[in-house]
Amino acid sequence: MEVRKREGNGREEKNNQETDVEKEQTEAIEPSHPDKATAEPGSSHKSSEALMPQNLISRRHHWVVRVTHWVNAFALTIMVASGLRIFNAYPMFARRGETFCCYPFEGTRIPEWLTFGGWLAGARNWHFAMMWLLVLNGLVYLGFIYLHGEWRDLTPRRGDSGDAWEMFKFYLFVRKGHPRQGKHNTLQKLTYFTMPLIGIVAVLTGIAIWKPVQLGFLTNLFGGYVWARYWHFMAMVALVALSLAHVIMVFAVDPYSLLSMITGRYNEKYSPERRNARPFYNLLPSQDSIISEEKEI
Amino acid sequence: MKIDRRRFIYLSGASISAALLSACDSEGPDFTRGLIRFAQRQNEKVERALFRHRAIDIGRGRLAGNALPQYYISDTVPIWDESALGKWTLEITGSVRQTLRLTLEDLMKLPAITQRVNHYCVEGWTAATEWTGVRVSHLAKMAGVQPDAEYVDFKSFDSGYHESWDMESAMHPQTLVVFGREGRLLEPGHGAPARIHSPIKLGYKSTKYLTQIVFLPYRTGGYWSDQGYDWYAGT
Repeated sequence: MEVRKREGNGREEKNNQETDVEKEQTEAIEPSHPDKATAEPGSSHKSSEALMPQNLISRRHHWVVRVTHWVNAFALTIMVASGLRIFNAYPMFARRGETFCCYPFEGTRIPEWLTFGGWLAGARNWHFAMMWLLVLNGLVYLGFIYLHGEWRDLTPRRGDSGDAWEMFKFYLFVRKGHPRQGKHNTLQKLTYFTMPLIGIVAVLTGIAIWKPVQLGFLTNLFGGYVWARYWHFMAMVALVALSLAHVIMVFAVDPYSLLSMITGRYNEKYSPERRNARPFYNLLPSQDSIISEEKEI
Repeated sequence: MKIDRRRFIYLSGASISAALLSACDSEGPDFTRGLIRFAQRQNEKVERALFRHRAIDIGRGRLAGNALPQYYISDTVPIWDESALGKWTLEITGSVRQTLRLTLEDLMKLPAITQRVNHYCVEGWTAATEWTGVRVSHLAKMAGVQPDAEYVDFKSFDSGYHESWDMESAMHPQTLVVFGREGRLLEPGHGAPARIHSPIKLGYKSTKYLTQIVFLPYRTGGYWSDQGYDWYAGT
């Protein structure tokens, strides 16, 4: 377990050396590189002085990532809300004269206040306009993280399932100390890796129900129009669920990261690992939390 | 510095959520209308580029039968009143060599096609239905459509309902002037005596209670397209 974790962090360290790290205070103590500190267990937190929080500002998000993140948040919100308005025009999946097996809320409308577009035509026009922004923005993001190397922070590696389990245990108070992490913890990584994949499914199923005749092969691939519409809806549900979890966790675990998605800079002194932060626990950095983490190690 | 940042976040968060809440269930701010129309025009180009005459729709599964909804814009089911209006005829006119006037009997004597296809409604539902009728392309050939005709307007006696189409879609082999459904003559609720039906456009483009097919060098909008639904509406 321990060996595998070091292995993973060793690779992370390599990636993080590519990103610039600025120090606001030059200090005499060892942890000159925050990620190095996490990568080498026991080497940094030895002296009690090292436990005093230092301002360790790292450049976390490239401006392309920040811009595409917020454009995506905007476009996805409009797509979901207008999509729900379109759904309300026929809030079920059954074909006329048939029943549908797999949706428990057949016929139930989505509350109007969650929808956007005013009426079916307005919602459709927004949906079919915003889809271009969503897709182009997604392609810019994926192209950028491929060319710039950030994809390495997000792709699953051997050992991630075990690390995710440790993270889960930590959040459930089964484990005391925060598992080691680099830029993201394993649950985050899994979320940020899955979301683009679900996004691709959402786009493909969307095209399938937009052009069920001219691109009939795609529609058939998803099991026909009704099923393509169903998977389009379910992809939306998954994206909304992951986005909500993401937003809740930002505020409950690492509100400091919100600034990093605006300015690009992240103060490692506030990292969840240093604060030993669970959802709604240790939101403020305290020495106690750091010491208790130290004991765990 | 920290307070400023915090205030900045609070303020931007509050203003964004206020904007979103006020925007909910509206068509959005006025300045976006132009962008929406721009996107609509671009989408039409994409849809036209994707269009293939050989893309054929097949309606699998159970026929909708009576589950197919009956939509019309008049207050009651529009019925052609022979005593007041005379015999129903379908007029094929506009940019044609010779205007045709066909009675239902004339229409039914022409080479008919029976096809089991999907009906794609803009609302999101589909229905498999079997339609019997004559290809619009056949009628166009009979009337001798002139080369300047780029659009077709399908007019009705349903309180002025009409929808115009691009020529390519109207000439698609599955675009029919329909007089029969699932082995019977078309019922008044579904557009009797004759209607347009095609799986390659959304349902609202298929004019019911058909009276006129007008070939034109310019486009003439339509009942729903003029109200904001997309004009091309291809599937």
